Order: sequence, then C-alpha cells, then structure tokens
Amino acid sequence: MTKQAAPKSNRQRLHAVRVLRDRVFVTGFVLAIVIGILGLAALLFDVLIDGLPSLNWNFLSNYASRKAEQSGILAPLAGTVWIVGMTALMTIPIGVGTAIYLEEFASKSRFNRIIELNIANLAGVPSVIYGLLGLAVFVQFLFNGSRNVTAGALTMTLLILPIVVIASQEAIKAVPSSYRDAAYAMGANKWQVVKAVVLPQALPGMMSGIILALSRAIGESAPILIISSLVWVTFVPTSPDSKFTVLPLQIFTWISQPQHAFRGIAAAGIIVLLVVLLSMNGVAIWIRSKYQSRPEQ
Amino acid sequence: MIKTEFRKYSKTALILTSLFILGIVAACGSGENSSGAESSEILIDGSSTVFPISQAVAEEFRKDRPEIQIPVGISGTGGGFKRFVTGETDISDASRPIKDSERATAAANGIEFTEFTIAFDGISVAVSSSNDFATCLTTDELKKIWETGSTIDNWNQVRSEFPNKPLRLYGPDTDSGTFDYFTAEVNGKEDASRSDYAASSDDNVLVQGVSGDQGGMGYFGFAYYAENTEILKVLSIDTGVGCVAPSIATIRDGSYLPLSRPLFIYVNNSSLQRPEVHDFIKYYLSNVNELAEEVGYIGLPEADYVSQLAELN
Repeated sequence: MTKQAAPKSNRQRLHAVRVLRDRVFVTGFVLAIVIGILGLAALLFDVLIDGLPSLNWNFLSNYASRKAEQSGILAPLAGTVWIVGMTALMTIPIGVGTAIYLEEFASKSRFNRIIELNIANLAGVPSVIYGLLGLAVFVQFLFNGSRNVTAGALTMTLLILPIVVIASQEAIKAVPSSYRDAAYAMGANKWQVVKAVVLPQALPGMMSGIILALSRAIGESAPILIISSLVWVTFVPTSPDSKFTVLPLQIFTWISQPQHAFRGIAAAGIIVLLVVLLSMNGVAIWIRSKYQSRPEQ
Repeated sequence: MIKTEFRKYSKTALILTSLFILGIVAACGSGENSSGAESSEILIDGSSTVFPISQAVAEEFRKDRPEIQIPVGISGTGGGFKRFVTGETDISDASRPIKDSERATAAANGIEFTEFTIAFDGISVAVSSSNDFATCLTTDELKKIWETGSTIDNWNQVRSEFPNKPLRLYGPDTDSGTFDYFTAEVNGKEDASRSDYAASSDDNVLVQGVSGDQGGMGYFGFAYYAENTEILKVLSIDTGVGCVAPSIATIRDGSYLPLSRPLFIYVNNSSLQRPEVHDFIKYYLSNVNELAEEVGYIGLPEADYVSQLAELN
C-alpha cells in the first residue's frame, strides 16, 4: 500500500504545486491590471465629479474669463484642433515615408543603422527641448518672430515624428516576407509590393502608433508654452498664421489660479481634452477595423 | 484584387500627398504676411502673477472695444522682458522692476518704454489653521529660518517658547518672482535661500502642503491666503515696530513690511502712440484699482493712479 501510494502522492504534490504556481501568477496579473484600472477609474471619477457641473454649451462656446462661471474653452479647443490637424498632415506622410524607405528600400549599411539609432534616441528627448528648438528655428528664423499655429504644429511634428517612424517600422517588419515573395512571384515590382501588400498589412499597426503619437501631441503643454505662451485668447485661429493657445495650457492656467471656482472649470477642460482624445482614438479604431476585416486578407 | 488595392491606395496616397503639399504651401505663405503687425491687436506677455490683472482689465476693455484683440501670455517676468526689449510685445507684465541688463538690451534695440505701477501683492507667510502657537514672527526669526545654510527644523529653535514640533517648510521654486522678492527682503540677498524645503511652482500645492501640516510654514501671494482663510493662518510680521498682519488695508497703506511688493506693466513707447494702446493704458490705470482686488491683489492709493494718468497725457 505505502509503496504504491508514495509515487501517487508525489505526483499529486507536484501537480498541486503546479496548480498553485499557476494560480499565484494569474492572481498577480489580475491584481496588476486591477490596480491600474482602479487608479485610472479614481482619477476619471474625480474629474467627472468636479467637471461635469461646469460642462455645458456656454463652456464650449465662450472664451476664457477672469470669472470662472463665465469662462469658456472655445479658443484653446479650436487651437488644439488646429495643432493636431496640421501635425497629423505633416507627420503621417513624413513618418510613414521614412519608415517605408528604411524598411523596404534602404540598404542595411552602417550609415542607415546610425540613422535608425538616432531616431530611437530622438524619441526620448524631453519635449521642452523641442519647444526651444521650435522657438529658435521656426518662430525666430522661419516665421520672423510670428508665434503662429504653423510653428506650433511643426514643433509638434518634430516631437512625435520619431514615435511614428519607429511604430511604422515595427508594423512593416511584422508583415511576413512570404507575402512579399508571393507578390514578386506574380511579377510586381518593389513599389507595387509596398503599395499593394506591405502597406495594407501594416496599416493597422501604423494607425496605433500614429494615434499614440498624436495623443501625446494633444497633451503636451511645455513646448506650446514656449512657442505661444498665450493663455488668454479671445479669437479662434482662422489661418495657419494665427496666434493660438491649446487645451493643456489653459487647464494649467486655471488650476494655478487662487480662486477655487477655477478648479471646476479646469476639470471640465480635462473632460473636453479626454473627449477629443477618445474621439481621435475612435476614428483610428474604425479605420483599423475597416482594413482588418477585408476578406481578401 | 491586387488591382483594386492599387486604385484604393493610389487615391489615398494622392489625397495625403496633396494635403501635405497644401500644408507646406500654407506654411510658406503664412511666413510672408506675418511681419506686418495688425494695428487692432495689443500683445501682452510676462509675469504669470500679473496675468490675472491684465486679463481682467483687457476683458472689461473689450466689452467697449470688441474690435481690439488683446492676447495675454505667461512667459514669466524675465521671459516677457526678453520679448519686450526686442519690440515683439506692446506691453510686458512684470512682478519686479526691469533689470539694468534688460534695459541695456532695450536701448540697443532702440526700444523706449514707460513703467507703470499697477497694484500690490502682499507676500503672505502662512501656517496651518491647526497651528495654535505661532501668530507673529520678527524679520530676524524669518531670516534665521530661511537663510542659506539654515539648519532649523523645529519650532523651538525659532523661539524658545514655541513647542517642540518639527518645522517643515514650503515655498515657491527658484524661477518664481515671489522667491526673488522674499529672499531679497528677508535674507538680504536675492536668490539666497536654504534649499531643503518643499518647492513648487504651483502656489495651490504650497497651500495644500502647509494647511495639512501642523508644523508647516510657507509663503505665497496674498490671493492664495485670501482664498484659503479657513485652512490657513497668516502670520503677522514684526520689523521692530510691532506685529502687522497682511490685509488689504495694511498692504495698500504700506504698513505691511517688508513683503508688500509692487507689480508693474511696461509699455513700449512707440506702441503707446497708437491710439488704441493709449486708450487701453488709460483704461488700465482708471480701472485697475477695482479689478485688481477682484482677482486677489491690492490696488494702490488713488493718488498714485491719478499721477500716473497725468504722466500718460
């Protein structure tokens, strides 16, 4: 009896240890995600409680005021839309183009490897440095001292370009080389392969990277504080040459006011910022699913 | 299938490319007409302390003259002067007088300007409302606490009758004009301060820190005390002639010493010749007394505005 039972219980013990280890890790992972989500939920809850009472049509259609209850967010909202729109127009072609060239066309020479290394390094440069660079190069040199929307968008483009390039490169790398080979076998040339096979396959991954990068551009205040510095603007930008302010800068100014009432409209401003961000993400997810669900892939 | 892909993507590529070119063209086009200054705009930049006052005045002024745009920035006093001395801005908000070096740059650029004193801010030294022992400190005691190299970390080291309670300090960071003024007046040398205190550029953070800490002490603008009287207790200051607490009356009549500081605007003289700028400054000096108090600052004695208005005309 004992001879037979010993190996069985040993097996059982080993099994129990494996099950236990499995449970410990699963619990750990669930805990990790719960902590993250709880933190986020607490922040969101706090912002919604503070901000929702101030969020109404007047808030969206008025300009800022010294009186919190009359303050609105029109100028920074329009400024943010301008900045993000122009940044996207400049970043996407340059960033995706760079990634395609580096992955599909460039030879793996030492020079190109240095370029890739530098792009990765640029992604880690603090944003305030880009602000100073933008002030010197775009505002002072290119636009003759005019602190306009274009200078802001160009600065943001520099800031997020490395992220877009790296994400797009990764997306292109993930396309199986058998797909390319199949297209070549059908007689397609290099550009045709890129256009018809690589780009559609890589598009969902690229979109994720682009959206992450543009979300960063929306939330940045340090470079815009240097480029624009304006926090009280009573007009909407009408051309790329207009002066402007953006949402994070306005929120920052409101939070640092001594009057408590500004805390509420700052929270309302954060909600507006979140809505802009989420709707951008929504568009990206829509584009991604549109391309992913096509039957020929 | 590949063919439809081609078509689809050439279209997308075409649209993207044309949008991109459009952006570049717009960007280049905008560079050309940017140098011509629009006459209906008065550009203000500078101190974030003075910002609420300039914003309030500009907001009221625009109710009568909505055709004039008056954007206001917060580059800081020094950052504002950098733009002002090259003629980039019409008006510079400042929480300290212009420095000689800035004056020299302005002269080199041929920029002449006029200084106006517009209001007072009373830097307030505050403790938590739960602090029941401290009500008044002498300037010597303040210096002993805040001077460079000070190691005081207990209230009983400040004055022997104070209880044995750890003293924790909160103050603005070194970029702040409040820091410059406080260190100059209390420690005798601008920017000379102990550095082992909790520093923040956001005065509301200092208010939170001090109010939640029975042994805490901090300094910030009067408005931040005035908005938080229920959680803070302001300390009176004794320069040798008795304790004086900061209040609208004591700051205005100059008896709250040495921490009442004047706030300024600097106006470019060639901008001042434009009728709308002249009107705006006139409006500023005529109405700032009331508007400054609305946003938490203290107006000057009325005579000071009258004399500055006379100087303007």
